[in-house]
Amino acid sequence: MVDFPILSLMTYLPLVGALFVMMIRGEPGLVARNARFAALYTSMFTFALAFYMMVKFDPANADFQFVEKHVWFDNLKISYHMGVDGISMFFVVLSAFLTPVCILASWNSIENRVKEYMVAFLALETFMIGTFCALDTVLFYVFFEAVLIPMFLIIGIWGGARRVYSAFKLFLYTLLGSVLMLVAILTLYFQAGTTDIPTLMANPVARDLQMWLWLACFASFAVKMPMWPVHTWLPDAHVEAPTAGSVILAGVLLKMGGYGFLRFSLPMFPEASAHYADLVFWLSIIAIIYTSLVALVQEDMKKMIAYSSVAHMGFVTLGIFTATTQGVEGGIFQMISHGVISSALFLCVGVVYDRLHTREIGRYGGLVKNMPKYATVFMLMMLGSVGLPGTSGFVGEFLSLLGAFKVDTVVALFATTGVVLGAAYMLVLYRRVVFGPQVNEDAAALPDLDKREMMIFLPFVVLVIWLGVAPGYVMERVSPSVDKLLTQYQGHLTSAAEAQAPVESAQEGDTEQNPAADVSLPMPEAQTDE
Amino acid sequence: MELLAVFPSLIAFLIAFLFGKQITDKGCQFATCAAVIVAAFVSCVLFFDVALAGHPRVVPLANWIVSGDFSAGWTLRIDQLTVVMMCVINIVSACVHVYSVGYMSHDPAKGRFMSYLALFTFAMLMLVTSDNLLQLFFGWEGVGLASYLLIGFWNHKPSANAAAVKAFIVNRVGDFGLALGTMAIFVIFGTISYEGIFEKAPDLADMTFMFLGFEVHALTLVCLLLFMGAVGKSAQLGLHTWLPDAMEGPTPVSALIHAATMVTAGVFLVARFSPVFEYAPDALMVVTVVGATTAFVAATIGLTQFDIKRVIAYSTMSQLGYMFFALGVSAYGAAMFHLMTHAFFKALLFLGAGSVIHAMSDEQDMRKMGGIWKMIPTTYVMMWIGSLALAGIPFFAGYYSKDMILEAAFADNTWFGNYAFWMGIAAALMTAFYSWRLILMTFHGKPRADEHVMAHVHESPSIMLSPLVVLASGALVAGYVFYTPFVGGASHGGPVHHVEVQGNEVTFTEGGIPTDEHDQSDEKKMEHDAGHEGGTHDDESAAPETAKGHSAADEEGEIAVFGRHQFWGQSLKVLPENDTIEAGHHVPTWVKLLPVVVGALGIFFAYVVYMWREGTAGKIAQIFAPLHRLFFNKWFFDEIYDRFFVQRAFRWGRFFWKSGDGAIIDRMGPDGFSSLSRRLGAALSRAQSGYMYQYAFIMMVGLIGLISWLIYRVTVGL
Repeated sequence: MVDFPILSLMTYLPLVGALFVMMIRGEPGLVARNARFAALYTSMFTFALAFYMMVKFDPANADFQFVEKHVWFDNLKISYHMGVDGISMFFVVLSAFLTPVCILASWNSIENRVKEYMVAFLALETFMIGTFCALDTVLFYVFFEAVLIPMFLIIGIWGGARRVYSAFKLFLYTLLGSVLMLVAILTLYFQAGTTDIPTLMANPVARDLQMWLWLACFASFAVKMPMWPVHTWLPDAHVEAPTAGSVILAGVLLKMGGYGFLRFSLPMFPEASAHYADLVFWLSIIAIIYTSLVALVQEDMKKMIAYSSVAHMGFVTLGIFTATTQGVEGGIFQMISHGVISSALFLCVGVVYDRLHTREIGRYGGLVKNMPKYATVFMLMMLGSVGLPGTSGFVGEFLSLLGAFKVDTVVALFATTGVVLGAAYMLVLYRRVVFGPQVNEDAAALPDLDKREMMIFLPFVVLVIWLGVAPGYVMERVSPSVDKLLTQYQGHLTSAAEAQAPVESAQEGDTEQNPAADVSLPMPEAQTDE
Repeated sequence: MELLAVFPSLIAFLIAFLFGKQITDKGCQFATCAAVIVAAFVSCVLFFDVALAGHPRVVPLANWIVSGDFSAGWTLRIDQLTVVMMCVINIVSACVHVYSVGYMSHDPAKGRFMSYLALFTFAMLMLVTSDNLLQLFFGWEGVGLASYLLIGFWNHKPSANAAAVKAFIVNRVGDFGLALGTMAIFVIFGTISYEGIFEKAPDLADMTFMFLGFEVHALTLVCLLLFMGAVGKSAQLGLHTWLPDAMEGPTPVSALIHAATMVTAGVFLVARFSPVFEYAPDALMVVTVVGATTAFVAATIGLTQFDIKRVIAYSTMSQLGYMFFALGVSAYGAAMFHLMTHAFFKALLFLGAGSVIHAMSDEQDMRKMGGIWKMIPTTYVMMWIGSLALAGIPFFAGYYSKDMILEAAFADNTWFGNYAFWMGIAAALMTAFYSWRLILMTFHGKPRADEHVMAHVHESPSIMLSPLVVLASGALVAGYVFYTPFVGGASHGGPVHHVEVQGNEVTFTEGGIPTDEHDQSDEKKMEHDAGHEGGTHDDESAAPETAKGHSAADEEGEIAVFGRHQFWGQSLKVLPENDTIEAGHHVPTWVKLLPVVVGALGIFFAYVVYMWREGTAGKIAQIFAPLHRLFFNKWFFDEIYDRFFVQRAFRWGRFFWKSGDGAIIDRMGPDGFSSLSRRLGAALSRAQSGYMYQYAFIMMVGLIGLISWLIYRVTVGL
C-alpha cells in the first residue's frame, strides 16, 4: 500500500493540469506548443502514478485497496469514498495509458483551438479515472455523467462534417440512460439510506425493487456499452470524432457500461440480474451477429470498426451475465483487450486519415507496398480483433464463450458464430485497404509510419502479444475480486431462495444471521415505508 | 532437447521478420534454413528416444490461461504420435525451406517468405506438441494464419488475396466447431488437458449431455464438434473449397502447408483423440462416411482439372479422405502411416510440379505444356516416383499405407466400412488415372507452349533438386521401413497379456524394427502374423467377427500386443473389438490385390487416353457431358456456398444496416425524437403569428376553459 491518497492524486492531477493549460497565454503558435507539452507531461505523470498503483496493488486481496473515505455531505451521509479492486484497477490504468497516447496522436492533426482541446482531454481523464475509483453512488454518478461533457465537446467542436448531429445523438442516448440511473440512485438512497457502494453491494434491496432498479441502471449502462438496439449513436460518434476521440470512446467510455454492470447490476441487484440474464444473452447474441453483418457491408473504415466494437462488447455482456468465473473474468479481460486493440485500430485509421483525409475503404488499396510497417501493425491489431490465439483478443472471447457454454449451449452456439463473422469483416477490411493492387495513386504514395507513430504503436503491439501469451498478470489480479463478487452473488441468490421458502423456522434463522435475506422477503411495502 | 526441436523456427521467424532488412535476404534464408535443419535433426534424435526406445515425455513451460477451475498451460508433450508428426513436419519443412531458396530466387520479398515459412513451422509444432486443447487451438489457428499469409503472399494479386481470405474464413467455420468442442469438453470432463480427458473418457462412455435442448450422447457430441474442426483444416467435403484456391500461393507453400503438414492436422487431431473417439462409435461412423465420400468426390474432380497444382490439390484432398476413413474404422495407425508416406510423396509431387512451373516460366496450365521430359529429366524421374507412390504401386511408400487402409476398411465389416472400401477402390482407380494424365500431359506429347517458353525450359538448380531427392527417397522407402512399427502385426508374437504386463517400456527391437528376416516383403510378414495368430487363437480366420471374438476373449485390457502397440504406446487407443488393423492383415487375398490391380488399370487407361489414342479424352467428356460438367465445376460447391452464405450475409448486413439501424432504430429513437421536437417547435412557432385577434381568441378560449374547470370542481366539491 502507499501512504498518500494515490487515487485522488491520479484523479485530480489532470484537472490541475487542465487549469494550468487554460492559463497559458501569448502568441498562438507558442500557446499550442506549450499546451501540447503541458498536457502530455501531465498525462504521462498520471500514467506513472497509475503504473505505480498497479505495481503496489496487492494481487491476493479481493477487497478495495488504496481506500480514501472522507465525509462529504455530513447530514446526508454521502461520503467521498474512493478505492479500487481487481475489477476496476486495470480500467484506471487503461484510462491513464490511453490519454497520453491520445495527446500524442493529436499532436499534428489538431490545429484549431489546441489549448481547449487539451483541456477537454485532461478533464476527460479526470472524469474517467474518477468513475472507476468512485465507491459512492453519488460520486460515481457525478464522474460518470461528467465524462459526457468533454466527449460531447470533442466530437462537436473537433469532429467531422456531421459532428453536431453525432454529438447530439450521443447526448440524447446517454441522457436518457443517465436520467433513469439518477432515479435509480436516488431510490436506492431513500431505500437503503446510504450511497456507499460496498455497503449496497453487501446488502441488496428487496426483489421487486431490484427489478425496477436493474432496468433503470441497465438503460444507462446498455447505452454506454453499447448494446443492441441502443447502439446507433456509436458508429456516428466514431465517424465524426477526431482520432483521439475515437480512441477514448472505444478504449474507455464503452468499458464504463461493462464496469457498471459489474459494480451495480450484478452485486446490488443479484436476483434481478439472474432474472434478466436471458434478456441480456439474447441482446448480446443479436449484437454479435447483427452488428457483425452490418460491419461486413460498411464502406467507412471507422464505421466498420465501430460496429465491430458493438459486436465485441456483446461478448462482454454475455460473459458478465453468465455469472460464472470464466464468463466474468473473460468479460473483464475482453474489455481490457478491446480497450487496447480497438484503440490501436482507430489509431491505424487515424494514420491513413491524416495522410489522405478520407475514411472510405475503396479509396485505399495496396498500402502494403509503401507502408510495410503500417501493414504489420495493422495486421497484428486486425488479428487481435479477430481473436487469434496468442493475441489478447482470444483470451477474453474464449473465456466469455466458455462461461456462456456452461450456462446455456444455445447461447454459446449462436455467440460463437461471431468468431466466424468477425474474421470475415476484419479480413475483408484489411484486404481492401492494405492488400490488392494499388488502384489509387495518391493512396499508393503514402509514406510509412514515422518515428512518433512508431512510438505510439509500440506499446500497443507489446500489450496485444503480452496479454495474449501471458494473460496471467492481469488474470491473477482480477480473479480474487471476481471470486468475491460471485460468491456474494451466489450467496444472495441462495439466501433469497431460502427466504422465499415457506418454512417458518428456516425463515427466522435466516433473518437473524443474514440481514440481506429479509429484504428479499415478499413484503417490500414494509421496507419502503421506513 | 525438446525445446531445440520446437523453438528454433520461432527464433528464426523473429530474426527474419524483425531484422530482415538488416541481415538481408541471404541472412534470412540462412537463419531459417539452419533453424529448421537443426530442428529436423533434433526431432530425428527424439524419434529414436521417444518412439523407438519408448520414452514419451511432457515438458511444462508456463501457464497460459487460468480462470477459476479452467486452466491451460504452455507445454511440450512429446509422445510417439507427436514425435512422428514432428519428424514429418521438420523434415518436409527443411526440404521446403531449402527448395524455396531456389524457387523464390526471383522474388523481391525473399526474407518475408522465409520468415512466414518458419512461423508456419513453429505453429505446426506447437499444434502437435500441445498437452491441452487450447494450445492445440493456438497452433491450429497459428497455422491458419501462416497459411493465410502465405496463400496471399503475392498480395498484389486479387485472386491470391481472395483465396487467402477464403481459406481463413472457411477454416474459421471449422474452428467454430473446434472451439465449441473445447468448451463442451471442459464442461463435460472438467478439464481440457489430454491426460484428464483420456482418463475419464471410458467412465463417461454412457453419459448424456443437454445440447441445444436435446439430450445427446456426450462423447459423440464432443467428437463431432472436434471433427468439424478437422473437416475445416483438412479440407474434407463440406469445408474443402478453400484448398484448391489455396494453390494461389507459391508452390513450396502448397507442398509444405497444403499437402504435407497443415492439412493433416485434422487427421492428427482425430488420432490424438482416439481414446475418446473409441467410445463414440456414431462419431466414427460419420468420420468414415465423410472421409470416404471426400476421397471419391475429390478424385472425380481431379480427373478433369487442367491446372497442374489443382490436380495435385484435389489428389491431396482425396488422400486425406483415405486417412479419415482409416480413422473412422479405428485404424489410427494406418491413418498416421498414410499421413507420413503421403507427406513425402505429395510434397515431392508438389515440389516437382514447382520445378516444372519454374521451367515453364510460371505456366501452370497443363494444356500449355507437353514434350518436355527430355529437357528436365531429373524432375521427370521425381514426378514418376511421386506418382508411383501415390498410385499405390507395389514397393513404393503409398502402396503399403494405402493398402493397409483399404484392408482395414474392408475388415471393419460394417456398412460404412464397406462403403469406404469401395469408395476407396474407385478413388484408387481415378488416382492412378489422373496421376498419369498429369504426367503424360505435362511431359509427353507435342510441346504446346509457345517457342519463347520452350526455349527457356531448363532443369532446376541443384538447390531445388536436392530436396526433391531427399523426399523421393522417403517416398521410396518410408512405406517399407515403417510398415511394422506403424501398422505391423505380431512379428514377435506371444499371447496378448504377456507383453501387456511389460507395458510401455518394452523396446521392440526384436519385433518392431524391421529386419530383413521379418520384412523381406509385405507378404512374408503377413505370413508371420498369420502364423502367430494361428498359434494363439486357432479358430481365428481373417474375418473381422473373429477379431471381435478375440478381443472378447482378451479380458486383460484394451491394448492388444503387436509391434505397432509398442511403437505407439499409450498415444493411440484402439478398443480390442475395433482393431481393424489386425483384422486387416487377414482379409482375403483379392482384397489385398484389388488396389494394386485398379492402380495398374488406371495407369493403363491414362496411357490409352492420353498417349496412344489422343483425342479420346475429349470424346469421353462429350459422351458424359453432364457428369463432366459436374466434375469440372467441382460439384458446384463454390457456387452454392456463394449463393447461400456469402451473398446472403452481405444482403442481411445491408438490410440490418439500412432497415434495422436506419429505418427502425434511428427513426424510432434519436432521429424521431429530434424531428418530433422540431415539428413541435414549428407548430408552436406557427402559433406565434403576430396577429392580435388570434392571441385574444386563444386567451378567451383558455380563460373560458379555466373558469369552467374551476366551476366544475367547485360544484362537484359541494
